[in-house]
Formats: sequence, C-alpha cells, structure tokens
Amino acid sequence: MNQHTLSVLVENKPGVLSRVAGMFTRRGYNIDSLAVSPTERDDRSRMTITVDASRFPVEQITKQLDKLINVIKVRDLDPENMVAFELGLFKVSTSECPRAEVLAIVDIFEGKIVDVTRDSLIIQATGTTAELENLEELLRHNGLVEMVRTGVVALGRGNTTT
Amino acid sequence: MRGVDATLEVLKRGGVDAIFGIPGGPLIPLFDALFDDPDLRLYLTRHEQGAGHMAEGYAKASGRIAVCTGTSGPGATNLVTPIADAYMDSIPMIALTGQVGSTRVGTDAFQEADIVGITLPIVKHSYLVTDAHELPRVLTEALHLAQSGRPGPVLVDVCVDQWAVEVEDYTGPYPPPMPGYDPPTGAGHPKQLQAAARALANAQKPIIYAGGGIIASGAAEELTRMAEVAQIPVTTTLMGLGGFPASNPLFIGMPGMHGIAASTFAFQESDVILAIGVRFDERVLSTVMKEWAPNAKIIHIDVDPAEISKNRAAHIGIAGEAKAALAALADVYVQQEARHDDESRSAWLRKIHAWLDEHPYQVDDDEPGVIAPQNVIKSIHEITGGDAIIATEVGQHQMWTAQFYRFNQPRRWVTSGGLGTMGFGLPAALGAQVACPDDLVIDIAGDGSFEMTLQELSTAQTYGLPVKVVILNNGFLGMVRQWQEMFWDKRYSNTSFAEFQPDFSALAGAYGIPGVRVEDPADLDDALREALTSDGPALLDIQVNRDAKVFPMVPQGKGPDAMIVTDPSK
Repeated sequence: MNQHTLSVLVENKPGVLSRVAGMFTRRGYNIDSLAVSPTERDDRSRMTITVDASRFPVEQITKQLDKLINVIKVRDLDPENMVAFELGLFKVSTSECPRAEVLAIVDIFEGKIVDVTRDSLIIQATGTTAELENLEELLRHNGLVEMVRTGVVALGRGNTTT
Repeated sequence: MRGVDATLEVLKRGGVDAIFGIPGGPLIPLFDALFDDPDLRLYLTRHEQGAGHMAEGYAKASGRIAVCTGTSGPGATNLVTPIADAYMDSIPMIALTGQVGSTRVGTDAFQEADIVGITLPIVKHSYLVTDAHELPRVLTEALHLAQSGRPGPVLVDVCVDQWAVEVEDYTGPYPPPMPGYDPPTGAGHPKQLQAAARALANAQKPIIYAGGGIIASGAAEELTRMAEVAQIPVTTTLMGLGGFPASNPLFIGMPGMHGIAASTFAFQESDVILAIGVRFDERVLSTVMKEWAPNAKIIHIDVDPAEISKNRAAHIGIAGEAKAALAALADVYVQQEARHDDESRSAWLRKIHAWLDEHPYQVDDDEPGVIAPQNVIKSIHEITGGDAIIATEVGQHQMWTAQFYRFNQPRRWVTSGGLGTMGFGLPAALGAQVACPDDLVIDIAGDGSFEMTLQELSTAQTYGLPVKVVILNNGFLGMVRQWQEMFWDKRYSNTSFAEFQPDFSALAGAYGIPGVRVEDPADLDDALREALTSDGPALLDIQVNRDAKVFPMVPQGKGPDAMIVTDPSK
C-alpha cells in the first residue's frame, strides 16, 4: 500500500466530478477516499483524493488529473507536512451492550454523542483515518449498527496553497 | 445576433470552412442558418460516422480544423466512433451535436441521449450548452482546445431552444482564458535539452523514434535537420509516416508489430532512443513492453506531459512542442562540446542497412489469376510518384500500404492508427479531398472495411469529389484470418465473405462511378493507371491472394525478440 493524499483544485462546474471519477475508472487507478467541498472562492471546489499508488506511479495519476481541463491545480501533499482528518458518525445499539463501556470508548477518542435514544447512540468523531478505523474496530464489538465516514479532507501546513 | 448566428460567426473567425453532417429536429436551426452562408459549406453525408471521419480526413490532410455535426440521440451516438478515433490519433475536431430542449434534458425525451456522458472518456473536453449566452465563449474555447497542445476532439452539445436566443458575440481575448488549461509551449527545459544533446552525442547506437506529434507540430524539417546533424537513423511510427522522408538514407522504416525487421533489431541493440511525439504504444513496443529496447536510455519529448513515462520510464523527459524542441535540440547539439564519433555512427548505419537489405518486407508472388496484394501498393506508389494523399481502412491492406507506399512528405497519409477503425478510409479520403481539391486522393481499402461506410460514395458524387477507391479484395476479414491461420489452427471462424459478397464494380456503377474488377496481374498496371488518372471518382475491385499475410509480425503477447520475419508457411 502506497497511499498519497492529493489536493485537487477544480472549477466549480457541472460534470467535473464525473470527469475526475471517470478518469480514475478508465485508467484503473484506485480511489481510497474522495471528498468534494466548496472553497474560499465560489467558482472553485476542492477535492481531497486519497489514492493507492502501488500499481502506478503517483506522478502518472497527478499528470492525468492535471490533463483534465477543469482541473486547475493538483498537489500531492507531503504526509509530514499536512493536516488530514476525517469525520465519522457511528450508530451504536445499546440494548445489549453496556452504555458505560461505549461512553468510555467515546471519551478516549474525544468523540461526541450527537443523538441519543433509549436503546441507541450516534457518536461523532474526528480524527485521522487510523484513529477512526481504530474506533470503528472497538465499536464493532460494542453494538455498532451503522456508520458513515466523510473520507479525508486535508490541507498542506504553513503558508503554501494548492 | 441569435445563438446560431454567433455559432457560425465564431467558427468562421476560427478558420472553419467545412461542416460535415446530417440534420435532425434540434439541428434544423443550424442547417437553416447554413443554407445561405457563403463562407461555411455544409457537406451532407449519408451517415454521421462518415461525417466524423470526413472531418478527421480534412484535418489530417490539411492541418486545419473541421466540424462534424449530428442530431440528438442516434445522430450523436453515430459520431462516437469518429470522436474516439480522433481522440486516439490526436486529431483536432469539433463535434457539434443537437440536444433536446433545455427544459426537457433528463426527461428521456424523444431522441435524447446523454452524449456528453457517453463521450466523457474519449474527448479532450466537452460542453453541454443549456444557456445560449455561453455559446460564443464555449465555441471559442472549443476551437482553442481542439487545436492547441496535444490536439483532440471537443464535443459541444447544444440544446435546441438555445439556437434562437439573442446573444452577444464573444469579444474576449484569443486564446480564451481557461484557468485549468496551460499546455507546454516552446522547446522545453534548456537543461533537459542539453542533457539530451549530450546523451545523443555520446551514444554508440542511437535511434530516433518519431510519431504523429511530428506531423501535428509541423516538425518534419526540424526532424530531418536533427537526424542529419547528429547522424541518427530514424523510424517513424504508423502515425508518423511522412514526418521524415522515406528517401532519406537515415530512414529505417516503420517500427513495431508489422514494422521493418531492421527497426526491431535496431531498437533491441540501441543504447539511446530519442522519442518525439510518440506514446510508446504496445503496437510498437510489443505487449511485453519491458523486453523492448532493454538497454536503451530514453529521451522523450512530448507536448502532453502525461505521455512522458506513461508506458516506459524516461531518463530525460522534455515537455515541449516537437517543432520548437527539435530546432532547439539541433542547435544545442551542434554548439555543445561533445561530438559523436563518425566512425561509430557509420558502423551503426552500415549494420542497419545490412539488416534492411537482408530482411525486406515480404512480397508474395503474383500467380496467374492471383495478384499479390503488396504489388498493388508498389504499383500505386510508382504511378503516383509517392505524391498522392493515401487514406486506408484498417487491416492487412493498411499495413501493406504503410510498408510499401513510401511517403516523403507529411499530411499525405490518412489512416486510423490508435483506434483502428474499419470504415475510416472512404469518408476520410472524401474529407481530405474537400481540404485538398487539387490533389489525387486514394482510399486503399479492404473488402471487409469498405462495406462498413460505402454509402458515402453518394457523398462523393453529390459534391464531385474524385476520390479513387482501390479495394484489395481477398474475400476475408484478412487480418483476423491471418491470426486464425497462425495462432488458431486455421479455424477460420466467421471471417470469410465467400458465402456472399456484392459485385463491387457493379455497386460502384449503381452510384454512377466507373468500377472495374481486376483479376489478372497482367491487367493491374493499366487498370490502376486508368482509374488514377480519370477525372472523377473511380473504383477498382482487385482480387488478391487470400493467403498473403503481413510480415514481419511480432505476435500478440510476446516480446520483440519473438518477431517472425517472413511467412513460415512459404
């Protein structure tokens, strides 16, 4: 596994996501996660794409992205020099598992309870991919019934921009 | 002005003088506007695929962009093959399609097809225009995108209700500003050029591997100068034929699966390869790419940075335009201190010429009543002096033409390389004839390919386009038959047309075109001379040896060293 986090600045136009996703499919590149968001400018969107570059050099992937007309800038973020997080929502059934144990786990991961009923909780947690995977693993043994994660969003540290 | 008037205005300002296509409901406003336009001629074809290939042939023969058009739904989907073909061979083209009304998009309206979605992976870029005010800018961008950097097809899909909307013409700069589009211009990085020049001077067995980028960039003269100052032998790919004169003693020939054996031997021994405007295609390198030129250092010049190190890692990558890069490289080469060793260069050239003498392309023997297909191409070359514009379909006849027609200038060779589109040749020849009305244009066809788009003979007659069609008729899908014979135990499953084939000369007659069937080798030359020197279109149905195969051949799935040089069955 040779994972890279790409920060891709694109024009905010219809069909751009299709073009990016289609290019990945057509070239056989693997997307591990993809997050699209608005940016500081209305006419731009930012995609944060984590890719597995073990089968193809990451330069080939960034060049093919750059070749798309609606892609303005591509940056392969330096893992040592970026902040990268994702957000997860985890629904846990508390009818069979002790609530206290779940709450203890949530506490360790600095999560938040954002919904609560007599027999369920929704936990919101933010962290690195590894942290969320860790949390997920623990919750699997403690009544996890449904979950969703945003995929990584990332920015380079310091004053540089993509 | 109305959206449709702005469309024609922008296209004409961009130098477009020909549109090929067929109307339908959403295109009636466009056709109506073209009805009395003196500067932009619409060529009505018989199928949209023909229209697309005509636009391609026009562009390939002239270097100028053309437009093809089809209506919403099937009209647009019929353009898919030419669009894919233009994408693979980097041909500048605008496909202008009609779409259902903007409020009906997405409702599965009559003749609605999401052509932007369908063509996403085969266009350089595309637009769906639901607001006429964008039309002038979109078409201006389309013209620039299609022709700049690495050329390619751009699709503009226009909703029918937008043609009549009043709009302002585009008044911005040309090229129009596009934040995500900035193709390399100029010669490339000077340091890289210096490194390349040094590597070439120090090389013992260098080769130039030049492709379609030479033609697209208009770099033929610069390529010749570079090859001559550095005394480096040249191979030109199928797409690059004519980019270097076949008559130049430095010319080795075409490389690859059916290329001249000398080029394969030379690549396998080479120590430095200067690759320009090529994409290290598997038909050149073989499917076992790592076995190709195993000892060579690669210098790769391309205007598309994504091609550099895509299929084969480059030691020196230069993102630049072929014409400027070759001119600069030759300058650096003669100015640098490093000098090639003349003795070593002549020894290398002698070795290559010995291979060329020893292993020419295979020619079968004429027999009574059986014409060897290779001899047909040789005769056409002799009769035309190598100066005709030659289009082909795809298959054995295409390879024989590439082997035996010796092109000395660019833009005389119109063939479908990357996509390998049967049915390309006749319409492409017609498009070439529109672009070059005073030139002799010949479509060398196979009987299988010809039946795929022969309806365009009507277009030839409608517009008085005197294209000559020469069919090498072996009654088979010959290239597939060749594989079946060699690799599938001679099980000729569904490749024979022996069960039925039309009488092609009579068919030509039905279109009002003189057609002649030729069976005897003794009649070949006269028949060719008569057809090729006639005023109007002409068709020759030449019965050729069905056992003839294309050699050399590097079999699929094997490396270059597995090349079969001559027919093992002879």
